[in-house]
Amino acid sequence: MIPASFDYEVADSAAHALSLLAEHGEDAKLLAGGHSLLPMMKVRLAQPAVLIDIARITELSGIKVEGDEIVIGATTRHAEVAESELLRAEVPILAYAAAQVGDPQIRHRGTIGGSLAHADPSADLPMTLLALGGSVEITGPSGVRVVGADDFFVGPFESALGPDELLSAVRVPRGGAVPWGYQKFVRRANDWAIVGAAAYGGRVALASMGGTPLRATATEEALKSGASIEEAAQLAAEGTSPGYDFHADVDYREHLARVLTRRALEGKAG
Amino acid sequence: MTEIKLTVNGVTRSDEVEPRLLLVHYLRETVGLRAANVGCDTTSCGACTVLLDGESVKSCTVLAVQASGRSVTTAEGVVEADGSLGVVQTAFRENHGLQCGFCTPGMVMAATSLLAENPHPTEQEVREGLEGNFCRCTGYHNIVRAVLAAADKLSGDSAGAQAEVTA
Amino acid sequence: MSILGTRVLRTEDPGFLSTGGVYAEDVQDERLAGACYLHFVRSTVAHATIRSIDVSAAKEAEGVIAVYTGADLAAAGLAPSKPMMPNMNQAMLAPLLATDTVRFVGEPVVAVITEEMYQGEDAIELVDIDYDILPSVATMHQALSGERGLLFADAGTNVVCTFGDESASNRDLFEGCEVVASQVIQNQRVAPAPMESRSGAAAWGEDGRLTAWIPNQGAQGTKGALMGMLGLKPDQIRVITPDVGGAFGAKFGADSEHAVTCWAAMQLGRPVRWSETRMENLLVMPHGRAQEQKITIGGMRDGTVLAYRLEIIQDCGAYPKAGAFLPSLTRLMTPGPYNIPRAESWSTSVVTNTTPVGAYRGAGRPEAAAAVDRAMDLFADAAGVDPAEVRRKNLLPKFTEPLTTAFGAKYDSGDYVAGLEKALEAAGYQGLLAEQAKRRANGDALQLGIGLSSYVEITGPGGEAGGPNENGTVEVHPDGTATVLTGTSPHGQGHQTVWAMLVSDELGIPIDKITVKWGDTDLVPKGGGTGGSRSLQLGGAAVQQASRELLDVARERAAAALEAAPSDLVFDTETSAFSVKGDPDVSVPLSTLAEAERLFVRSVFTAPGPTFPFGTHVAVVEVDTETGKVFLRRVVTVDDAGTVINPLLAEGQRHGGIAQGAAQAFLEEVVYDDDGNPLTATFADYPFLSATEVPSFELVDMETPTSYNPLGAKGIGEAGSIGSTPAVQNAVIDAVSHLGVTHIDMPTSPQRVWRAINAANGSKEA
Repeated sequence: MIPASFDYEVADSAAHALSLLAEHGEDAKLLAGGHSLLPMMKVRLAQPAVLIDIARITELSGIKVEGDEIVIGATTRHAEVAESELLRAEVPILAYAAAQVGDPQIRHRGTIGGSLAHADPSADLPMTLLALGGSVEITGPSGVRVVGADDFFVGPFESALGPDELLSAVRVPRGGAVPWGYQKFVRRANDWAIVGAAAYGGRVALASMGGTPLRATATEEALKSGASIEEAAQLAAEGTSPGYDFHADVDYREHLARVLTRRALEGKAG
Repeated sequence: MTEIKLTVNGVTRSDEVEPRLLLVHYLRETVGLRAANVGCDTTSCGACTVLLDGESVKSCTVLAVQASGRSVTTAEGVVEADGSLGVVQTAFRENHGLQCGFCTPGMVMAATSLLAENPHPTEQEVREGLEGNFCRCTGYHNIVRAVLAAADKLSGDSAGAQAEVTA
Repeated sequence: MSILGTRVLRTEDPGFLSTGGVYAEDVQDERLAGACYLHFVRSTVAHATIRSIDVSAAKEAEGVIAVYTGADLAAAGLAPSKPMMPNMNQAMLAPLLATDTVRFVGEPVVAVITEEMYQGEDAIELVDIDYDILPSVATMHQALSGERGLLFADAGTNVVCTFGDESASNRDLFEGCEVVASQVIQNQRVAPAPMESRSGAAAWGEDGRLTAWIPNQGAQGTKGALMGMLGLKPDQIRVITPDVGGAFGAKFGADSEHAVTCWAAMQLGRPVRWSETRMENLLVMPHGRAQEQKITIGGMRDGTVLAYRLEIIQDCGAYPKAGAFLPSLTRLMTPGPYNIPRAESWSTSVVTNTTPVGAYRGAGRPEAAAAVDRAMDLFADAAGVDPAEVRRKNLLPKFTEPLTTAFGAKYDSGDYVAGLEKALEAAGYQGLLAEQAKRRANGDALQLGIGLSSYVEITGPGGEAGGPNENGTVEVHPDGTATVLTGTSPHGQGHQTVWAMLVSDELGIPIDKITVKWGDTDLVPKGGGTGGSRSLQLGGAAVQQASRELLDVARERAAAALEAAPSDLVFDTETSAFSVKGDPDVSVPLSTLAEAERLFVRSVFTAPGPTFPFGTHVAVVEVDTETGKVFLRRVVTVDDAGTVINPLLAEGQRHGGIAQGAAQAFLEEVVYDDDGNPLTATFADYPFLSATEVPSFELVDMETPTSYNPLGAKGIGEAGSIGSTPAVQNAVIDAVSHLGVTHIDMPTSPQRVWRAINAANGSKEA
């Protein structure tokens, strides 16, 4: 219920955050909204020796247009993403997905960068970034690099972020007219998805069907070859490796993946 | 130890705290405001909900050090200047939106934030807006009524559409 | 006009809404100044012998004052507790802290006391316990077969107790039945999960007395339990009940952690505070329900039921608690409100390596209703008769004189068919059937299900010799205020308001001038607490009776004061004064009569027996047949608990019960793996009901008074949770019955529903 003791530093710029990371190494974690990290620390699944608070770095927050992309600062809160007029117009699937994260209190604190860096295969935003084909901007000692969503989620709760790097921004394509759909199957409103499906144009991403969010590649290929939505969705579980728990066995998850993929491709949200 | 400076219910405070001190424990033990309760350990139940810079947050998942430089409002702080209950609190009372009271301060603050962001919610929007606040006693029925009643009162808009709650 | 029957707002509320209730964790008392904090180290395995406990590192940790193990308690003479009732296997002893064996994940093993709260969470991590793992008896069937061994070697069995006699079963019970249906069904384990977890604070005074602040449902019972666990005499202990954040049956008496807290305070000569985390609460607070039932029902094709058999296995968890005897209440209510010519039931209670099972809202009676109402629907389905018609045909007809069932329950008054018809009408039953038919014809993915439950339940049981009773004391003060002492113990039910209403109605004192007190054993040494829906019909009646008797005493004094005969006086509640008949100017206020001598009466109200509220619930669900997900759309209820004293509060009790009952049907479950490891020990995992899963409820009013108390009131607190569970379960099954589904166990999770649909499709002709 209470985290183990740790030291606390406040970073006043991205550079400052990086130097603190370099100084403390693997013992340090970055803290933005804290709504992925602090719950783990409270049950002592994570025990960093140092927390580096980056929530006060104004340059890391905000939503702006850059050509045919929208760039969202890593410490932008889910509530801001969900309510952004710009995103609702240009990237509606992202605004919608952010509104599905947890509950209102969590959305007031949790950040898009924090959620993506946490790399939970059952979460809303990793699946959505994958469906969008977006990317993350990573700032490290040697400068800025951009990693596409397909390469960012490496394993369960493991991303391509190095221990000395900071996820500084998220880049998503503008496409207000691109058809999209979003399905999050839960037993209770603020649960993580038992299975999730996000469709954006011809891309389909799934949550809770493996160790990372996964593309439903067989479905995507079928659609490209002219298959109907119904036929293509039947292939959604191919290449996935869902786990099982008391909510859902493997075969049920695979079934849900097919149904939810079909519904997402039909443009249904909710 | 880290020094923090923040405003709680309009009063500025300076304190030295352990970095790991949760905001809810800071409020309860250091400041002495015990309306917010700890109801779970997974950021699920919302009994600890307070406002941070006017927005509802679960104070069990905010460190006191994160609140430095900010303003916190608790249930004790939405009482009127003359000591009478605020609009949301009054609506809860009038609609029997509380029984044992343990979830109540958190509910009141979550509802306050909800109505600030959505002054005319439908019943469904109220239920979704309170998805992060658990109650075991009321079955949520009267809590929803209370929030809708408070919405009517706050918007002062008796001609506006009122969501009907079947009862 | 009487205040009774009106929607009086609670006088308790302003404090709760602003500064918050004062729960055990909030209590600030000079006797608790300098309190230290207690945390427990708990078993992480379901069944093991303890090879060693190493507390050396913990003892060295920052802020640690003391560390105690079961050996320390044994050395101090604290003995394990025997099961609470003599018919339970007396060899199944429960220590306060485990000594040689742990029997469920979460069982407390070591107590660590620190100066500060956070230090305790650090220190418990440093205790090292070495376990020799034993096979886990994870299920009731494993307990019965013995295949995983025994929890208590000395007990020679895993059976705690039995009720009824299987060997006396009538082999020909279903003789002559044209239709017989049978099913094994689960009334699954759930967690009471009140919003306030367990906690306590203890301080010993210079006078050698213990004061314990413990959230509970009856301070007197809590005191008795602590006396038993700690070997204390009555004058050595005072229990004070703070505000209690919900209980639902799980805060009766005291748990071992409370006793250890009190004992540690004595050892250290310092006050001690303890409060558990939610995870500990979900692991260790006694769970509810956990019955497996085999139901068999038979009758004629015209829908008449002739025979019913209920066979129960009760999971008690690792140590027998209230759960072990709840099947006796289930058996008592076997036929429910139905007129079943031949019925029999029996039960076996067994221990398993899981959390102990106790009372949870309804405590044994929801299990009976769930069984018989599932059986009614099974029968309706097999006979091809509409479920409403089956109920109409088989409900006991209206009765106003007490009626005793074959199981020995004496129902006081009932009008079950009227309740059914009112509920059906309010639900628009025919319209719902039409909508359902339309969707079935269309082959809609989203199907409609309608579920019924007609129930009767037993409230205010009381095992006391002489009958169920409660005491109430009313005192009028010279300043015109009044104080009420009650043996009940509210934790959200609003007794402060309602008892004040009752006194006000008799004595004419405004309710805001009436203070109601409870829960302090120095102030109220005797009381039955609040549970079993007993409070209004016994405690409220006692308070009303005390008020009336007080007026009798006051009348004598008034007669003397006014130099008139007592029978020449009238009491006017408008003015709260006695005056001479025909001469209103010659009067004396009630409060004045308290000036020379205290004016108070303590009265005990005894009822002839328990009362039996009843009703019908109609649940409407939509089921997404592609995914199995259930959407609860409507719950329409008749809950007739006799006279309603405060409709606002009665509705609140119904809402809360309906929500909990519905939650059991389609959402909540405690799950263990095959090794007895809990899988639902957090609020993220345990599917605790939130506001988005339930609709607003539709309550229909109906009052069939009881003759058992002057109020005409029966108990309402648990009724909602008894009717809603089977109604919602039946609705879900009804939604997919056209696909060939005849039963789905609770909770009707999406996966369960989906599998049921698939299984039925597999067995159906194409």
